Amino acid sequence: MKISLTRLLIYIILAIFSIFYIIPMYIMVVTGMKSFAEVSLDTMWNLPNSFNFNSFSLAWLGSIKEGFRGISGSFLNSVFLVVPATVISALFGSLNGYVLTKWQFRGSDLIFTMILFGMFIPYQSIIIPLVLTLQRLHVYGTIPGLILVHVIYGIPISTLIFRNYYVTVPTEMVEASKIDGANFLGIYRWVIFPLSTPGFAVAMIWQFTSIWNDFLFGLIITPNPASQPITVALNNLAGSYIVQWNVQIAGALLTALPPILIYIFLGKFFLRGLLQGSLKG
Amino acid sequence: MSNVILKNLTKKFKEIIAVDNVNIEIKDKEFAVLVGPSGCGKTTTLRAIAGLEEATSGEIYIGDKLVNDVQPKDRDIAMVFQNYALYPHMDVYNNMAFGLKLRKFPKKEIDQRVQEAAEILGIENLLKRKPKQLSGGQRQRVAVGRAIVRKPKVFLFDEPLSNLDAKLRVAMRAEISKLHRRLEATIIYVTHDQIEAMTMASRIFIMNEGRVLQIGAPLEVYRKPNNKFVAGFIGSPAMNFIDSKIVKENGDYFIDAESFKVKAPQAFYSKIADYAGKEVIFGVRPEDLHDKQFVSKITPSIFNTINTKAEVIEPLGAEIFIYLTCGKHSVIGKMDSRTQIEVDQSMEVVLDMEKTHLFDPKTLLVIV
Repeated sequence: MKISLTRLLIYIILAIFSIFYIIPMYIMVVTGMKSFAEVSLDTMWNLPNSFNFNSFSLAWLGSIKEGFRGISGSFLNSVFLVVPATVISALFGSLNGYVLTKWQFRGSDLIFTMILFGMFIPYQSIIIPLVLTLQRLHVYGTIPGLILVHVIYGIPISTLIFRNYYVTVPTEMVEASKIDGANFLGIYRWVIFPLSTPGFAVAMIWQFTSIWNDFLFGLIITPNPASQPITVALNNLAGSYIVQWNVQIAGALLTALPPILIYIFLGKFFLRGLLQGSLKG
Repeated sequence: MSNVILKNLTKKFKEIIAVDNVNIEIKDKEFAVLVGPSGCGKTTTLRAIAGLEEATSGEIYIGDKLVNDVQPKDRDIAMVFQNYALYPHMDVYNNMAFGLKLRKFPKKEIDQRVQEAAEILGIENLLKRKPKQLSGGQRQRVAVGRAIVRKPKVFLFDEPLSNLDAKLRVAMRAEISKLHRRLEATIIYVTHDQIEAMTMASRIFIMNEGRVLQIGAPLEVYRKPNNKFVAGFIGSPAMNFIDSKIVKENGDYFIDAESFKVKAPQAFYSKIADYAGKEVIFGVRPEDLHDKQFVSKITPSIFNTINTKAEVIEPLGAEIFIYLTCGKHSVIGKMDSRTQIEVDQSMEVVLDMEKTHLFDPKTLLVIV
């Protein structure tokens, strides 16, 4: 009976924490369903009078009358940004991890440390040189420019993820394929890449989420609404005169939907990949 | 010709010398076993031959061709790894075919070679399986199969049996020996297990601390070890070593270990004359200790019999290992299974003096 008592305690604590974490989500959902008239601090906790998805469609499509754009136009921008940026940065991370673990050379550990150092440079501190560089490259204000920035900023974390994963792939396998006749790229193509699914799951889910959620780069690099990612468009929902909380919150929910869906459906791959990279071996 | 020659091969890892000026020739079609304790440099030597480690200095020849700067894939070798190193995402067929595919062999020939190797190894029915669906022994066979489909000049085996259970290891030992005869290829085999070395090798290369200490046929290194390390390494249980002194009395030489004194055989006299009055290490194999009751070929006398007391008794069925004490010395005897003895009982043990050895305590080289 003693065991079940501790169990019970654990469940109670977990339940309290879950409720604590889910409260903001509750507020968002109920506020999103309310009409503008219903929204106020006094009735924040109340359920909406009726199920009403108007604010969602307003947030999605925008309103010419009320003078704000919806987020729908930027949704595709975000997709065109996130998909290539995620794939490319994961590929670079995978190649880096491959070299740093299976083709170590003098100074490779130093280079790894320096790559990791990139994670600790605050975005804000490099904004001016970044914009100048993108202007020189003639990609400032475009989605490819934004992709470039995210790929470069994604290299440290994806390199770390893949390096830690490849450490668990036996080096003898690489040696066996060297003897079998594969070269540097052949070993990657035929042996390492096919074994990288857990690494790609972790790196891509991670990158997808952080690029999708990025606001600062999108705001600065794409001032033109036609190429803005969804997070910037969400900010612009605020309109100019009055803030419609219900529309804002509905937009925020819609914006957050893709990463949430990814975690719900692919979360187990993420966890499995993380565990393989760190605990196995 | 697929001989392998190492000339002054040295490999250093930073300051640590793993292989120290090794000079050996492995002959065509030979089953060469490099054996030694862990860290003796045997695996590094093998990896240098494979091209997985770059030699710090010295030359490596395979089939009379200098290969120091040749890529592993172009050395015409195949290697079987200790942990098999199979490709987990490929089925057995593709694991074996991988090297041939990379070398752009026609599909028909790949098929034929994989089939042939699978038949030799008895794994035809496993070709569609993935490595994780195989047992240890089956994985071992696939790893060997991957090597033989390539028909290389030289096979390199790196402790291939050490991950198998004891029974399977014995069976695979015999199979690899058979395979060697069938393939008529040069095999270089690394192991720390002296029984594997004794049972499979044409010649054994015993290594310690990066050096090759002795080269010879299994029974030759067993019977005539040229130093104390080899004597102790080959044979199980290991040879007993007893610090002693040579004494000359009335023209005869005796080996005096304080707790006992035995007479050296006539054949030893010329070689031990210089050691009269000096310290030596007396070496006697457990199998050359006999229970006085069951000794047949040698005649017990006061010159070759010692009084001992049994400390631990390990009956193995076919024979019996007895840990004996004689004064301050402890020795192990491998006795006739009929021996009846209990712990703490005393026992008269006859030494087969002709088969004993003496070593110089300073150089550790054999005297006789």
